Amino acid sequence: MPVTTLAGRELHVDEEGFLTNFDEWDEELAKTLAANIGIDLTDAHWRAIRFLRDDYRATGETPTLRRCTTVGGFATKELFDLFPKKPAKKMAYIAGLQKPVGCV
Amino acid sequence: MTEVMTRPAIVPSFEDEKATERKLCIICSKGSLDMAYPGLVLANAALGEGIETHLFFTFWGYDIINKSTMAHLKFTPVGNPATHMPTMLMGLPGMTAFATHMMKKQIEGIDIPGVPEFLDLITDAGGHLWACRMSADMMHLGKEDLYDRVEGIISATDFIELSDGAQIIFI
Repeated sequence: MPVTTLAGRELHVDEEGFLTNFDEWDEELAKTLAANIGIDLTDAHWRAIRFLRDDYRATGETPTLRRCTTVGGFATKELFDLFPKKPAKKMAYIAGLQKPVGCV
Repeated sequence: MTEVMTRPAIVPSFEDEKATERKLCIICSKGSLDMAYPGLVLANAALGEGIETHLFFTFWGYDIINKSTMAHLKFTPVGNPATHMPTMLMGLPGMTAFATHMMKKQIEGIDIPGVPEFLDLITDAGGHLWACRMSADMMHLGKEDLYDRVEGIISATDFIELSDGAQIIFI
């Protein structure tokens, strides 16, 4: 598994750059991750990112987009606006989680 | 043993530019519950990857967007060897209702939405829905009979123009 250096720290990531260690993430790092993919984090972004973290902590899996709407209460449109084109993957990346594996 | 390599920052590319070039058209020609979902699931997945996605509903596929049937699609085990049930029994009265009920329960059980809600999801994600002109004429249906977010009733030629450069899946 590769180790990469971001914001002055060493991080375990997969081949694509998604963090593989839940505890290596903090909100300071999220800002760097977001900036890497051209996203400026607003309160609305933070609500989604924090939901992903909390849900992962509870279930051990990255929530799918569908779960973000049914359990997290976010609107699909809003998530596409906040994280353009590939919301599920982009949210997972910024939240320091693996890509979701579910189909829907 | 995990091999540890230190490299400069690895950032996913997300290929935003590439994704805008890819286009997917899914032709939905079947109206049974089990044949509706493949198109809906694939469309939703493609949209989640930032791919321009169009669904074209034709013939029996109209049941997926017909307001009066879309929430009541059925699954029948008749003539379907993949159910692994005795063929003679599958045609008995009530079997389709039973099989439909079971399948809906399984779908709900893994938090997959019902058909109308799935179409909401797809259109919220930017997907486009189109209905076939010939089917509308045959079944005497107009736009008012169809799910509100169907963008138009279009001809086969319109669809061929629309799908220029797209990858096409026929279901």
